[in-house]
Formats: sequence, C-alpha cells, structure tokens
Amino acid sequence: MMNDFLNVNDISFINGAYFLAAVLFIFSLAGLSKQESAENGVWYGIIGIAIALMATIINPSVTSFIYLFMAMIVGGAIGAYFALKVEMTQMPELVAMLHSFVGLAAVAVGYNSFLEHGILSGMLLNIHLVEVFLGVFIGAVTFTGSVVAFGKLKGLISSSPLMLPHRHKMNLLAGIICFVLMVHFVQQNGELSTLIAMTIIALIFGWHLVASIGGADMPVVVSMLNSYSGWAAAAAGFMLGNDLLIITGALVGSSGAILSYIMCKAMNRSFISVIAGGFGTEVSTNSNQDYGDFSETSADEVAHMLNNASSVIITPGYGMAVAQAQYPVNEMTKKLRDKGINVRFGIHPVAGRLPGHMNVLLAEAKVPYDIVLEMDEINDDFKNTDVVLVIGANDTVNPAAAEDPASPIAGMPVLEVWHAKQVIVFKRSMNTGYAGVQNPLFFKDNTNMLFGDAKDSVEDIVKGLN
Amino acid sequence: MQIGIVKETTKNEARVAATPASIEQLLKLNFSVVVESGAGAAASFSDNMYQAAGATVVETDSAWQSDLLLKVNPPNEDEMTKIPVNATVISFFYPAQNESLIQTYADKHINLLAMDAVPRISRAQSMDALSSMANIAGYRAVVEASHIFGSFFTGQITAAGKVPPAKVLIIGAGVAGLSAIGTAGSLGAIVRAFDTRPEVKEQIESMGAEFLMLEFEEEAGSGDGYAKVMSDAFIQAEMALFAEQAKDVDIIITTAMIPGKPAPKLITEAMVRSMKRGSIIVDLAALGGGNCELTQKDKVVNVDGVSIIGYSDLPSRLPTQSSHLYANNLVNLVKLLCPKKNGKIDLNFNDEVIRSVTITKQGEVTWPPPPVKVSAATKVKSVEQKAPIKETVKKDKSPIKVVAMSIAAASFVWLSTVAPAAFMQHFSVFILACIVGYYVVWNVTQALHTPLMSVTNAISGIIVVGAMLQVSSSNPLVMGIAIFAVLIAFINVVGGFVVTKRMLKMFRKEE
Repeated sequence: MMNDFLNVNDISFINGAYFLAAVLFIFSLAGLSKQESAENGVWYGIIGIAIALMATIINPSVTSFIYLFMAMIVGGAIGAYFALKVEMTQMPELVAMLHSFVGLAAVAVGYNSFLEHGILSGMLLNIHLVEVFLGVFIGAVTFTGSVVAFGKLKGLISSSPLMLPHRHKMNLLAGIICFVLMVHFVQQNGELSTLIAMTIIALIFGWHLVASIGGADMPVVVSMLNSYSGWAAAAAGFMLGNDLLIITGALVGSSGAILSYIMCKAMNRSFISVIAGGFGTEVSTNSNQDYGDFSETSADEVAHMLNNASSVIITPGYGMAVAQAQYPVNEMTKKLRDKGINVRFGIHPVAGRLPGHMNVLLAEAKVPYDIVLEMDEINDDFKNTDVVLVIGANDTVNPAAAEDPASPIAGMPVLEVWHAKQVIVFKRSMNTGYAGVQNPLFFKDNTNMLFGDAKDSVEDIVKGLN
Repeated sequence: MQIGIVKETTKNEARVAATPASIEQLLKLNFSVVVESGAGAAASFSDNMYQAAGATVVETDSAWQSDLLLKVNPPNEDEMTKIPVNATVISFFYPAQNESLIQTYADKHINLLAMDAVPRISRAQSMDALSSMANIAGYRAVVEASHIFGSFFTGQITAAGKVPPAKVLIIGAGVAGLSAIGTAGSLGAIVRAFDTRPEVKEQIESMGAEFLMLEFEEEAGSGDGYAKVMSDAFIQAEMALFAEQAKDVDIIITTAMIPGKPAPKLITEAMVRSMKRGSIIVDLAALGGGNCELTQKDKVVNVDGVSIIGYSDLPSRLPTQSSHLYANNLVNLVKLLCPKKNGKIDLNFNDEVIRSVTITKQGEVTWPPPPVKVSAATKVKSVEQKAPIKETVKKDKSPIKVVAMSIAAASFVWLSTVAPAAFMQHFSVFILACIVGYYVVWNVTQALHTPLMSVTNAISGIIVVGAMLQVSSSNPLVMGIAIFAVLIAFINVVGGFVVTKRMLKMFRKEE
C-alpha cells in the first residue's frame, strides 16, 4: 500500500487532516438541512475538500504535480463553466451528469487499484479483489444510469419507461452473472478479462435499470444515483484503505438513500417498485368514464378574480419550469401582495424532476422562501382559500389519488386544491400528466381551465391586475 | 323559446320556480321569459323585481302558453288542460308514486322532466334539487323544534341557576340530517346522529355530532347514493338503540326515507311515551307516512306531552331561500339542455343526466331510465377491503426488522472473527458513517433537497483523492487513467459547489 512509504508522523498528520475533513463533511450535510445554516454548510464542504486535497498533496508518494494540477485546473474550469452557465430549469440534467462523473471516476480508480496494488496475498488479496470488483460494478452502474437519466431529463431519450419483456428476470440474471464472475475473479487471483466482462454487464445493467423507469419517477432516480455515487466512492475507499473516502462515500450513500426513501414516501410508492421500474405500465385509464364538461376561462377573468380575492395559493409543477414562468409568477405574486392579498405557494414533494426543483426555481425568481410552503403545511388551508392557481401541475393535484382507489396513483398524497373556492388550472391542453391518468379536478364545478403557455398566461394576468 | 313561470297553486306552497337573478341567467341563454303576475309574491319577489330583471309579467293563461314551463309542483288536473301540445314541463314529479299520470302526459305530447329524478353523480350536483330542498328542510326542522321546545338549546350557567344543553338525536345523515346536525349544533345543543351506513360516520363527526355506532355488520349502501331496506336483525338492534336514546334526548329529528317505498317506522308509540314531557319529534318523512308511528301529515300532535311535528312543507316555510336554490337548480338544468345558448332546448339522450330526468318525450314514456351507478359506493367497498390488508403488512414488518437487525449484528460479529484487522477497522468506520449520514439527512427541509443533492454530489467528488494517490504510478496506463479520473472528479467537485452556492444565493427571506 502507498502508506508504507510514509513515516509515522506523516501518517498521523495526514490521517488527522482526513479526519478533520470528514467531520467538516458531516457539518456540511447537517448545515444543509436548514435555510439559515445552508450557506455555512457549503463552506464546510469546500474547506473539507480543500483540507483533504492539501493533505493528499503533501503525501510524499504523490508526485507528478504538473499533470495533477493540469487535470485539476482543466476539470475545475469545466465544472465551474457548466455550473455558472446552467439554467435553473436544467438543474436536474446537471446533477445527473455530475453523478455520472463520480461513477466513471470510481471505475477508473477501481481499474487502477486492480492494475497496481501492493504485494498482497491470502485473505487480504481476496478482500482487495472483492473491493475492486464491487467498486467497479457500482461505479459502472452509476455511470450509465446517470447518463440515461441525463438523456431522459434532457429529452434526448424518451422519458417513457423502456419495457423490455422479462426485464426483471434480465436484471436478476445480470446480478447473478456478476456474482458468479466475482467468485471466479477472486479464485483466479484477479483476472483482467473477468473484470472487463463484468464492467460491460454492469454498464448495460445500469443503462437498462434507469431506462425502464418512467419520467415521473425521475426525482427518485436522481437521488438514488446520488446515493450510488456515494457507495462508489466508499468502495474506492476500501480498495485504497482510505478512511476519508469510506466516510464520505458512506455519508453520501446513506443520505442519498434516505432522500430517495423520503421521496418515495411522498408518492406513496415502495422504493422497490420505483427501482424495479414500470410505474404506469398497468394503467388502465378509464377513458370511457364520463367526467363531464370542463369550463374554460380567460386571463382577464382570472385577473378579475384575483383582484377580488383575499387569499391565493399557487401550486406550481413541472409545466412552470418548462414554460420558464417563474419570473412572471413572481411579478404577479408581488403585485398581489402589494394589494394586501395573502399569496402563498404550495409545493408537492415530487413536483418537478428533481427533489426540491420548484423551490429552486421560485428562489431563482426571488420569491421569498417563507411564503413557499410544503404540502403538509398548506393542505389544510385550501378550504379557506379564494383562488388556487395550478400552474403546470397535474398528477400532484389529482383528486383521484384521494378519491378513487382504482386509480394508478391512488393513495399518493396530493395537494387538495379542490377544496378552495375557485381553482384555475394553467395547462397547454387536456392531455394527461406523466402518470397517464385523467384528472377529475379539471371537471369540477369550481375549476376553470386557462389554456395556453403558462408564461404568456401569467404575463397576461399581470397586465390585468390593477 | 318562451319560458313560463306560473304561480304555484298547491296548498301552502310559497315557493316559485324562478327568481329575478335566475331570470337574468335564462335570458343570457337567449330564452324569453314570462312570469305570471303574483307568482313570486309569497317568496318576497314582486312583479316589479321580475320586470326589472327582464321578464314580462303576464296573466295566468298567457303564462301557461309557453314552450317551457318551470314549476315547483307538478301541474294539477285543471292546469294540465292549459299546457300547449309539445311544450316541456320541468318540476318535481315523483314518477314512482305517480305512474298512472305519466301516460296522460305522453298522450298529450307534453315532455315532462322531473327534478327529483336527477341522478346523484357529481356532475349533476348543481341540479340536485332534492338535496338543496333537503338542506333547507333539515335547517327548518330544527327551527320548528326550537319554536315549540320550552327550553334553551345551549347550556348556560346563569345567576338564576344552571341550564343543561338540549340533547338532539338525528336519525338519518343524508343532506337533511347533516343540515339539521349543523343547525342544532350551532344553537348549542348536544347532537347525536345515527345512520345505517357506517361510511357517513366521518361526515357526521365533521359536522360536530357524535355518531351512534351499531355493533352490526351489514352492507347498507345500495349503489345509487341512497340507503336501502335493512334486514330484520339489524332493525331490531337499531330499535333497541332508539328506545334507549328516546328516554334520554329532548328532541328527535328523523329523516329516514327510502326512495319509492313507505318510510320505515323507527319510533314506536312506546318510545314516544317513554320520552320526557316537553320533548319533540320532528318527522321529515311525514310525506312518506312518517318514521314515527304517531306522525300525522302536516300536523302537530301531542302525545303525553311529546309534540310530534309532521310538516311536509318545510322547504316552503323558507320560501325565499328555497325558491332561490331551486331556481338555480333549474337554471343549471336548462343550461345543460341548451348547450348552444340559442334559446332552444334539446333532450339529448346521450347525456345521462338528461336521460334520467326525462319522464316523457314526444309522446313516449321514457321512464324508468337505465340505472346510473354512483362511483362513490363502489369506492367505499374497495377501500374497506384494502384497509385490513395494509394493516397486516404493517404488523408483519416489525418482527422482520428485528430479525434483520439480529442477522446483521450476528454477521458483523462473525466477520470480525474472520476478517483481518485492517479491513475490520475500515468496515467499522464505514458502518458508523452510514449511521451518521442516515440521521443527518432526516431533518432536511424539502426546499433544500436540490442544494443538498448537489453538495453531496460535490463531496462525493472526494474520490479525486483516490485518483491523486494513483497519479504517481510508474505504470503509464495507470497514470493516464488516474489523471483522467482526477479531471472528471474535479469537474464534479467544483461544479457541485459552485452550483450549490448559486442556488443558495437565490433563497432569500423577505426584506
């Protein structure tokens, strides 16, 4: 192992620095749990990384600084460029892309660690080989999974779930084959061809895993990949015997898993069923069911309605992101608030394509975050609300989830907008949402549809507000 | 087309089928409207008000000469002769009770639409006149009771002594029952309610009453939103409950009706006699024979000091309010009949609401209509079936958890005996870090999920450390791969942090 070249003092110093970095990372995650401390949280993370990097560079076994710095500068520049350029609506794509880099790096580190490990034998060698094998496997799955997620979010790949026949059996088969290959790999004391074969299978497996998950489940997928990228780092830590990597990887891995779990709970779905894919496959849309007629309204009428309202709740969905309507929405909010109208936002936990996506968009448009409330905080207030504006949301406000047990989204907690006196739904057309379920909300007596591009509609309403 | 609003001639009827406000709506659909002089007088709508709304006030016979007649009660024999051929009449009709009359309408080529036949589906709620009338009847029942009742409804502690609150029992939690619960509750009474359908428990409780539960298993919904006839054993249990309650409560309001059948007898003479003197029974089912054995239609009878109110015209006793709601129900039906807003009605049988209300059409008897099932009833069943399954799953979970944790602990101990010390040290660190991560993240506000994700993403770029340690390899392949890994991992580190900072900068509190 590399550490063998160090003297005792150096080892203690480096380990101390690593420990400090690990503690800072924990602070960083903890800080991110509240708005007030979030800024500090990021600084903890940055300082933690900086300490870890410096400690690593001090390590006498690290040489070839020129290459190292060049790689860091180029990588850093690319990262900063994309991070500064990205539109907030494209955050999900960026995050997915970044996950894929961690996956790829884990594969690279795994191969390196295999090609050049110290003199190991017996149990230690076996353990090391297993670590390499698992590290490469997780890294490869993360890599292709993230690339597919990126493609789906970007619209390069169809967002509907890929439904290959026997897909669950194929996944299972891939897992079994990889396990067999691992046993073989260890027995042969490390055989490159086996490792390569597994890598290929893992790449395909990762691709298929995410391809068979529908677009509506993307928030879960992204946070799941986040988790995987952590496990990949942890696996690399085991290979290299590096506690910092292990701690950090485990932190990220378990926090990502919890986040996915929270998301799944918000959708009332089991984690397994999301990961196994196929949500919406058995959707039997009762297209012949008579929902009655919907009534249409105009921007002027909505403006008039808002002028006379005393409380308004806005529930945005992915449609607002697509139409880039967050800025006019903020303008409208400001105007209404200046008139003394109580305006609040109700955010469903899975609105958008990334956990917390809507919050980021509204924050970008400078909507004060203390009027942006979570579903549980606001759900009881709808009945005392004059007007609810549903901007580009569909499944997250579908009363069928609460009222129709036969519905594929039955049991999913939704924003109960229909209790309000008036509901205005901003929509392009009468098409169904991601879940492919018709929305009885549109046909309720107190619902009016405002068709058209959400941004244009909101801008028209702003003009109508006096 | 001309719409005619005629004066109601039924005894004690104060309602009218149109209000000035509803006439404005009808005119918007391009109908012309005539109102018989004095039609709205009993409901406090003067001829002038109708005129101001845009209607023409005419004499009786001219009002009947309309293409579409809106009424509250069905025309009587005398009025039948005034209806022109091919005209359409919309009113309450109760076709099940008046089957013999239906043929007369068909023979005379009068189209007849019955407001009481509106199906109970959500789309037709705005036309459901039975519900809007029942709401008024429930309210008025409490008002009638309080009028006769010799005490306060609300409990008070006064200088002159303590007043206990009145106890009110409501039987049947339909629209009328729920309305009565709300009214009695707001007067301060203690309200209890009973219904054969256990699924209305929640509605009763939401109105602030106590639901009297019967320990009995029976399917009570009939699929069309109304109650059905129950089994003998059930009725016995129910009667025992009423007998016990009768001794305790001051006021009983009964609203139990089964469509097309005589009202079930729920309060026996013995129960009435067991009640305290001064107690009151309001029987909303008086029209169907009454829920109480002693009820007399349209009368107040006194038995052993207990007053039994059998008014069948409760909605009409609130004429302005009931005319207003009924007129709105009619307007909503006319809107449905006149989708083109061209002042013409179209009895389109493809629409199940129109199909259901139409009793005769162009000389044909079209009653009874094909059944319309209310989805609400099936929903209740499937929910009930699902609930127990979920519970068992939940119960199974905790032993599984215990077993899983014991297995995990056991395998950890086993591992520590076989694995080398160096590995175990790393492994322990790994497990601890997992647990820390688990607890740190639980409290994250939903709004920060995205920043959290991008920060963890940046942090997982720490894998760069691994790659850096490999850069100095003597093997050029390893070195190349390592440099590549450093590069992409660094995209992650810098990109993740920069974008998180960018996002957090946007989150701001109001200045």
